[in-house]
Amino acid sequence: MTAAIELEGITKRFPGVVANDNVNLRVERGEIHAICGENGAGKSTLMKILYGMQPADEGTMKINGEVVHFSSPTDAIEAGIGMVHQHFMLAEQMTVLENVILGSEPTKRGGLIDFGAAAQHLREVGESYGLTVNPDDLVETLEVGEKQRVEIIKVLFRGADILILDEPTAVLVPQEVEELFRNLRELQAGGATIIFIDHKLQEVLEISDRITVIRRGKTITTVDADTVTAADLAELMVGSELPSPETSESTVTDEIALEVRGVTVVDEDGRPAVDDVSLTVHRGEVLGIAGIEGNGQTELIDAIIGTEPMTAGHIMLMGENITSASVRHRRDAGIGFVPQDRQSEGLLLDAPLWENAALGHQTRRPFSKGWWIDRAGSRERTEHIRGEFDVRTPSVDVTARALSGGNQQKLIIGRELTAEPIVFVAAHPTRGIDVGAQAEVWNDIREARANGLATLLISADLDELIGLSDRIVVMFHGRLVAELDPAEITPRTLGSYMTGAALEHAATGDSGDDA
Amino acid sequence: MNTAVLRRIGLAAAAPLAAAVVAIAVSSIVLEVSGSDSIETFRTMIENGTKLESIIDMLNRATPLYLSAVAAAIGFRMNLFNIGVEGQYILAAFLAAVVGAQVELWAPLHIAVIMLTAMVVGAAWSGLAGLLKVTRGVNEVISTIMLNFIAIGGLVAGLLPRFIDDPADPNQGTATIAESGRLPDLNSWVELFTREITKGRRLTGVFVVALIVGIVYHVVINRSRFGYDIRASGMNPSAAKVGGVPPKRMVLIAMAGGGLVAGLVGMPEILSDTHAYDQGFIQGLGFAGIAVALLGRNTAGGMAIAALLFGFLDSSAAILQVSALASSEIVVIMQATILLVAVIAYEVVNRIRQRDEVRRAAQLVEAAS
Repeated sequence: MTAAIELEGITKRFPGVVANDNVNLRVERGEIHAICGENGAGKSTLMKILYGMQPADEGTMKINGEVVHFSSPTDAIEAGIGMVHQHFMLAEQMTVLENVILGSEPTKRGGLIDFGAAAQHLREVGESYGLTVNPDDLVETLEVGEKQRVEIIKVLFRGADILILDEPTAVLVPQEVEELFRNLRELQAGGATIIFIDHKLQEVLEISDRITVIRRGKTITTVDADTVTAADLAELMVGSELPSPETSESTVTDEIALEVRGVTVVDEDGRPAVDDVSLTVHRGEVLGIAGIEGNGQTELIDAIIGTEPMTAGHIMLMGENITSASVRHRRDAGIGFVPQDRQSEGLLLDAPLWENAALGHQTRRPFSKGWWIDRAGSRERTEHIRGEFDVRTPSVDVTARALSGGNQQKLIIGRELTAEPIVFVAAHPTRGIDVGAQAEVWNDIREARANGLATLLISADLDELIGLSDRIVVMFHGRLVAELDPAEITPRTLGSYMTGAALEHAATGDSGDDA
Repeated sequence: MNTAVLRRIGLAAAAPLAAAVVAIAVSSIVLEVSGSDSIETFRTMIENGTKLESIIDMLNRATPLYLSAVAAAIGFRMNLFNIGVEGQYILAAFLAAVVGAQVELWAPLHIAVIMLTAMVVGAAWSGLAGLLKVTRGVNEVISTIMLNFIAIGGLVAGLLPRFIDDPADPNQGTATIAESGRLPDLNSWVELFTREITKGRRLTGVFVVALIVGIVYHVVINRSRFGYDIRASGMNPSAAKVGGVPPKRMVLIAMAGGGLVAGLVGMPEILSDTHAYDQGFIQGLGFAGIAVALLGRNTAGGMAIAALLFGFLDSSAAILQVSALASSEIVVIMQATILLVAVIAYEVVNRIRQRDEVRRAAQLVEAAS
């Protein structure tokens, strides 16, 4: 039997890096095949080549035994390949059916959309693969897991029988992951071939038949999932032991650095995005905030930083009421901030590094003297950050755009920590950076904690949250629903709090909102 | 390394060079098609343009263009598309002429009163658009267009009849400003280095004002904290906001600041030329300034070169009209072509430069590790 996909000697070079170096991959028909590797190993590039988004520099690609050359995703779709992106590409205001047919609408005579035929086809696709959705639901009303199902159906609707799923579990909680896996097995039973990209080892072992490990752009090996353990995989991925985010003994003091009392933030529709949230962070403490994205964590952080107005409550920083203080005042008073999206909120991509290092601290030395920017002082400080936080760059005069994601993040963390804040708000500090940089960021946070900083950590990486935090609070629908001891919980139990499944238990057990 | 440096210099020169070559090519074609001798036309333009009197004319034309460009650029640096310079400077010039004609003072004071009136009016009119944006979320493009109409078609057209000095004059205007409110010309300064300036050409004293404005603009934008905040807001408004830059206040200050400079655009006419606001008052400088700002990439030096170029071309138009070699509209075609090509070329060069930088950083990092 010919393989569904056969890649031979695929090589792709980018300026300064070889993203894929002689990659060989064979995916049999009807199997679930995981592509495993750390961030930056070259998984995404490989998938982009397979999906026609980028041409390979060298190598051949065979789909169902035939040599193909894709110049765009359209070619890939015609060959029966479909991609489910990590970030959903759905029009929120449209129904499921409208989203599914978007871009490949069946038309009646006169150019009108044939909704009847579309719905019929959607039903057939759903039945043959065992996926259920209500075609008339508005996408904005769906849960994350359901949205992902719509994405998968969208691909199947276009006739794909080879599915690429790019880190599909990144946005899901454990319960939703199980649901996804059930769906994938049904797809497999229906005859689909699935390529599953991930770096979470347990998941990979659970779902896939075979696993191909990629490290530094090279295919290391392909193994049967039954024959390896998570530890084996980890070693294959990194080439050595995995770093762990765990912290040592507690450095928590009883000095309250940040106190949030009854804070409420309403969204555009007047609904509370953050609903009467109270929390305290002590010096030397890392307080983790867990929650599925969209449960008010972003709004809570914005309220603390001062970019989002509050409708109720107050915020105290070292005893000073900063409820109505400007962002600048708060930052000058000692709030360091690592935004969740470094490129859109943390950097001036077209400005040199030394100007980026000044952002948020431009009112203070060494970045300025009075009304004027101190160029020499700024450069010197940036050089210091570069050395101390291992920002790999040819000089401090290149633009921030020229750095890799991990180095951009190290620059941001460096600039915030060298400013010696009292409270350090870090939102997803290791999102989208490679394992090496991740370990360094964890180290920086541990060190800051040891130096008496009060850290508020928001992360979707539950291992990171459990490993680094002294306490974890869970946000659900804008409220704090539980306070947990990271020493006593697993990602799984934390996940059940995040979905609200353990809410009843929380009410009788730990008390989330203290008086 | 040497090739990299050469490459960077080449890239920097590429955009203006491409713009010049294409503009000359396009206008040559237009000239030939319309039956003019293109070589002779260019020769005449250059020959006349290098005469001392033409240079003075060029500087006189470049002065208000430059001020107008700086006025627009202050907003552009923050991604505020302030296209209201037109209305701001006309309203400012009119009111400054009215106020200036009411009084007779010690000369420096009189001139200061006129200039300050113009600047305050410009700032207020422009600030209005800023206020609408921060309080009501009105897009500044729409509000400044509307304010242009209100200023020119409404206020100035409506108020001018009340201040007509001599109804019998075919070119009705406000009363002429007294001698003390006139800015001396700079001819004696220029003549220190050159021969005597003839044909009654006089270099406007506002030229010095434009120089000062350019230097202040450069220093404030590039060296001050305030300039940093402006540039940060322009490059990435959400990062600037998180970095403590107050967005609303910046919008207000940038709009008002632009208006402050816009108020000066009409000053060569009021202080050095007609000494009154009349029906022949020069219009269109606000929009021309936008073109100059675009061409000069909002930098003080770039806009100066662009203003001089546009001043030269405007001055050539007058010569072409007299010599009957070609239609003077050819100059407008050249200006438009230069602008269009330059803006495209800047974008292309910018992308190449970004790609270069990413590659260079990656290589150096790799070499170091």
